[in-house]
Amino acid sequence: MNKILIIIQREYLSRVKNRRFLLTTILTPLLIVLFFVGATYFAIQGKEDHKIAVIDHNGFFKGNLGNSKHIHFEFPEGVDTSNYIKKGYTDILLIPKFEGTEKVNYIIRSKKRIGLTTEEAISSKINEAIEDNMLQDAGIQRSQLDSIREKSQFAELKSMEEQGNTAKESNAALSYGIGFGSGMLIYITMFIYGAMVMRGVMEEKTNRIAEVMVSSVKPFQLMLGKIIGIGAVGLTQFLMWIVLVVGLMAAAQFLIPHDVLDQVNTLNQYNGQIPAGGMMQAGDTAQNIYKIQHTMSTANWPLIIGCFIFYFLGGYLFYASLFAAVGSVVNEDPQDAQSLMMPITMPIIFSFIIMTNAVQNPGTPIATWASIIPFSSPMVMMARIAYGVPGTVAYWELIVSMLSLVGGFLLTTWLSAKIYRTGILMYGKKVSWKEMGKWAFRKN
Amino acid sequence: MSAILELEHLKKHYATQKAVDDISFSIEKGSIFGLLGPNGAGKTTLLRMITGIFYPDSGSIRFDGRTFNPEEDIVRIGYMPEERGLYKKMKIGEQALYLAQLKGLSKADAMEKIRFWFKRLEMETWWNKKVEDLSKGMSQKLQFVTTVLHEPKLIILDEPFSGLDPVNANLIKDEIYGLAQRGSTVIFSTHRMEQVEEICDHIVLVNLGKKILDGTVDHIKQQFKENKFSIKLAELPAAIQSEAFTVVDQKANELIVKISNNHRSNDVLQHFLQQQCTIESFHEILPSLNEIFISLVEGTSATTRAFQKTS
Repeated sequence: MNKILIIIQREYLSRVKNRRFLLTTILTPLLIVLFFVGATYFAIQGKEDHKIAVIDHNGFFKGNLGNSKHIHFEFPEGVDTSNYIKKGYTDILLIPKFEGTEKVNYIIRSKKRIGLTTEEAISSKINEAIEDNMLQDAGIQRSQLDSIREKSQFAELKSMEEQGNTAKESNAALSYGIGFGSGMLIYITMFIYGAMVMRGVMEEKTNRIAEVMVSSVKPFQLMLGKIIGIGAVGLTQFLMWIVLVVGLMAAAQFLIPHDVLDQVNTLNQYNGQIPAGGMMQAGDTAQNIYKIQHTMSTANWPLIIGCFIFYFLGGYLFYASLFAAVGSVVNEDPQDAQSLMMPITMPIIFSFIIMTNAVQNPGTPIATWASIIPFSSPMVMMARIAYGVPGTVAYWELIVSMLSLVGGFLLTTWLSAKIYRTGILMYGKKVSWKEMGKWAFRKN
Repeated sequence: MSAILELEHLKKHYATQKAVDDISFSIEKGSIFGLLGPNGAGKTTLLRMITGIFYPDSGSIRFDGRTFNPEEDIVRIGYMPEERGLYKKMKIGEQALYLAQLKGLSKADAMEKIRFWFKRLEMETWWNKKVEDLSKGMSQKLQFVTTVLHEPKLIILDEPFSGLDPVNANLIKDEIYGLAQRGSTVIFSTHRMEQVEEICDHIVLVNLGKKILDGTVDHIKQQFKENKFSIKLAELPAAIQSEAFTVVDQKANELIVKISNNHRSNDVLQHFLQQQCTIESFHEILPSLNEIFISLVEGTSATTRAFQKTS
């Protein structure tokens, strides 16, 4: 037992003391943030401006067709399909005369193909204009219409979830974000740390230190020491990220002015409503901060973080030993590693695909089963847990899933250890899957 | 003296070959023991069983008078395998410390011993270097130190001199003698016969998984001698022929003779003395281990063995 500790210590320290570790730990979250900021920026900036010439044979679209930031409708004279480009329009919209409510096709011709979102925006604007026109025909004034549109936006949907005798507020968008985020994080880390284990084993084999080591310790101890050591590196990294996030949030608090903070506290006290006749009025900033805080508070954070650590470790242990087994049979050729890794990476990628579906439909049978089977449970269960326990995920499902993951990694570790034991001392021979299977299921 | 290691009917069969097929021998405490054999003879498998890496299919190993228990006894064995290596990115000092701790030494104890050995082999300045910066010979020395650091009772060295220059080879050789004198037993596995002849007290030759020779170096040479003698004369006599011997080779005044059955070496001397020859030297020619080795192994299917199926 003591020897495993010495091995864990070396595997852990040799990685954590490395300057690269500190660098990646700090740079990774920055890169992720930068990636999302960049993606959002380009999604917004990337929209093309459309200047659309409308040829309307009904006469009511002018005045009813609203413009938006990127889509601009005009009703020029003397423009047709042959010259709209020359006159500076990007598209031309041809609306034929409507005959009652009979089905009719209107056509848009463009210089360049228009994107899906733009197409949807244009068609919804036209439907709205037709609706407006009909309402006006029924006797409602344009001005009334506008004021009704504006005034009707006062109701807000709040979803509640049964929890014993009381109902708890829930938020689908937040659940989606948490589910997807944690599933994604497990997916990425599984690859990063799994590959780290594999490389470590390959290093021991190609450096020919494996035989020196197994004359001092049992191969199983060597493998387990490496897996646990690298798992601890992963946990350390998460811990540092949590500290980093909490630290940044605390720093952000300092940037918020005092009076805004006071308003937020009052809002918290009175459940989002400033009591009438109070001294203070809440500004927009305070309202927004309150909303974010309030939304965040609908999630069961201790459960989510607890489960995340469990499923991260369980998933890691489940796959790391398989990666170790693959590393042990690889010879010098890294190409071997690629092809041998396939059967391990496939279920991980497949689980990721199920996860992206489960995070939208957490109750489907496939999501339920995938969250119980240990091959996919770490990612898929995290996607479902975000929607609430025991609301979406029943207690028995969670317990069965956890137990089968523990059983699963004990099994993979046991089988991998047998492959590993033979593999690390085998040189110069290409090992087939059949042989690995034989080693894994051999009696002694 | 009692035996440190006794092997009885050891067997280890792989799916395609009998790597070790019923081998028994014992090794005396404090001796330097040579385990010889051509490539693929089963030496490495045998050593892996002795070091507890493999379990034998059948047979027994007794270590220091008791049944071998790998879990416990492993710390009293030092093994330097032929396929050796070190962690490339690790510092020399840390590496030695790590391996010593895995052999059960406490940190303080390990440090003290590392200092002692580094000083002895003039490696003190290496402490903070990385293994990847060492030459092959230097890392070989480090490997040797990590093998003997925990003062094992049984030291197993598989081809310890490969890659060493003559100066360092001699240095290590002296250390091996020293360790044997201080009571350690050394198993020395190689196919370099001249080193074996020089160093080993006792040898075992394995081929095709079987033991084909076992004994002290002198004894084996006696066993395989062909009754050849070299005689150097001041001047050649008129008649060389005699029924006591046949001349095998002749170089100027030196004759190599093979003594006939039922005759003794004295008969040769008598023959030449009778002819009034002055004898300058007379000695027996013993076969070298190399010759014995080749004569025993040649013609067997040793080299093609790896591809053979078990029947």
